Amino acid sequence: MARAGRYVVVGLGALIMLFPFAWAVITSLTPAGAVLQTPPDFTPDGAGFGAYERLLETMPFWRIMFNSLWIAVASTVFQLVTSSMAAYAFARLPFPGRGALFAVYLATLMVPLQVLVVPLFIEMRTFNLTDTYFAVLAPTIASAFGVFLLRQAVRQVPREFDEAAVLDGAGHFRIFALVVLPLIRPALATFAIFGFMASWNSFLWPLVIIRSPEFMTLPLGLANLHGQFTTEWNVVMAGSVVSVVPILVLYLFAQKHVIASVAQSGLK
Amino acid sequence: MTLTEVPAPAAVKQPVRPPRKRLRYALTVAVFLLPSAVPLLLFTLIPMAGSLWTSLHEWNLITPMKWVGLDNYADLLASEETRAAFGHTLYFIAGYLPLVYAGGLGLAMLLNRAMKGRDLFRAIYFLPVVTSWVVVALLWKWLLNPASGIVNWAIGLVGLEGPGWWTDPDWAMPSIILASAWKDLGFVMIILLAGLQAIPNEYLEAARVDGANAWQRFRRITLPLLSPSTFFVVVISLINGFQVFDQVHVMTGGGPAGATQVVVEQVYNLTFKYGRAGAASALSWLLFAVVLVVTLIQVRGQRRWVNYG
Repeated sequence: MARAGRYVVVGLGALIMLFPFAWAVITSLTPAGAVLQTPPDFTPDGAGFGAYERLLETMPFWRIMFNSLWIAVASTVFQLVTSSMAAYAFARLPFPGRGALFAVYLATLMVPLQVLVVPLFIEMRTFNLTDTYFAVLAPTIASAFGVFLLRQAVRQVPREFDEAAVLDGAGHFRIFALVVLPLIRPALATFAIFGFMASWNSFLWPLVIIRSPEFMTLPLGLANLHGQFTTEWNVVMAGSVVSVVPILVLYLFAQKHVIASVAQSGLK
Repeated sequence: MTLTEVPAPAAVKQPVRPPRKRLRYALTVAVFLLPSAVPLLLFTLIPMAGSLWTSLHEWNLITPMKWVGLDNYADLLASEETRAAFGHTLYFIAGYLPLVYAGGLGLAMLLNRAMKGRDLFRAIYFLPVVTSWVVVALLWKWLLNPASGIVNWAIGLVGLEGPGWWTDPDWAMPSIILASAWKDLGFVMIILLAGLQAIPNEYLEAARVDGANAWQRFRRITLPLLSPSTFFVVVISLINGFQVFDQVHVMTGGGPAGATQVVVEQVYNLTFKYGRAGAASALSWLLFAVVLVVTLIQVRGQRRWVNYG
């Protein structure tokens, strides 16, 4: 009895989680004239891809999606490289002032984006870089969070491994690339997931720095679409549906790892 | 302090090296650090300083800056709008945090036992977490559409009249809270589920043998041992809650009638609508100070209730 009740509650909850997505798909297939009608039509007459065609006519949607994808990938790769290198230095290369420098890194971690938005905007404007890919990417090249996370991982690599490599005549670059990096792969994967999601979802900074549709990312493009088509919900939902697909596909592949990474982040 | 300057290696920690080797070592350190130090300097530290500097000026982003000292801060502290913005932000947190914690804990408890399809359920609940805030805001703005939304239609089925949701000043914030809780429920659930799974079963068994009922076991064993996960959820939710922006900007833009004008929305509007970049910077620092103090209080206070076993 209690078991059945558990299934009912969990199942109902799952429906509540899935329904908004399903409803978006249905709305996106509804012809323009029928969208605002009540009662809502679950199997609209004349269902079709009209809203999707509208979407592609009004904005360079594929380009915007491509922007989002490559910017998220580039931002993740940059952060993985810059953070793992700094992590190696902070964990393995002693130099005077290292502790103080690490404290500076940590301090930047605490400053939220909205504090930086105005001066960053000015900085980009000064160098004539507003409305460029570079401007969107720049603040995500380095990540103090990544340095912190990966430094913990590097410190857990037994030093004997390095020493063995030194005996073999390896320098720091080879130890870093061939000994340390392979051993911290789980931490790299966790950080990559967080980095990708952060870039894919980021809204405030692109909103501030990008004006032209051809440089927009998906969240900004969708918000713009909504501004233009305030009542044509079928077009807005079509945009939402298409923009969910790539992340959904990635999620299906990496689902176990994504959930494990998040679960782990709370166990400290 | 300059980040780009690479200090020579310490003679104490490092074996004494000939100058050439020392130079090589310094170069190695530089190569490892510069790729992160330069961007952090350019895109975080300098803007930080710029933001502090701007907050001491009156500036519309176009004409030259005018020094006003701490006037921006004084004006903000005295202004009705600032108080309203913090009030709305607190309203958001007060609605969002209990909802997402209670829901997340309930789900985590339900899923913390062997059941068929558990992984599938977990994946479904987590789906909104990977969806962007803008998409979530749009989905819910449509669901909660007062005239043609499906939620009000369903409410109508049982003979009631649904509210005006995001078009009604009284219901706009609850609409945003609902959408936000829906998105983050899975995140909180995963964190708490991991915490629950770390609780040794023997403790609960022992309590059962000693005659503790379900509520007593939950209250006396589960909750205290779950406190590190609870602490994490509360700290993260408060930090994110104070900085709420995306969903507000898309669902209401701070309206109607300013009813959902939260702090970051205010920062955005001050800068780009009213041309008051100085005041906006000052407000963002005020928000930072509040978040910092709230977080520090929690870290200090955790000794009293967080049990690290």
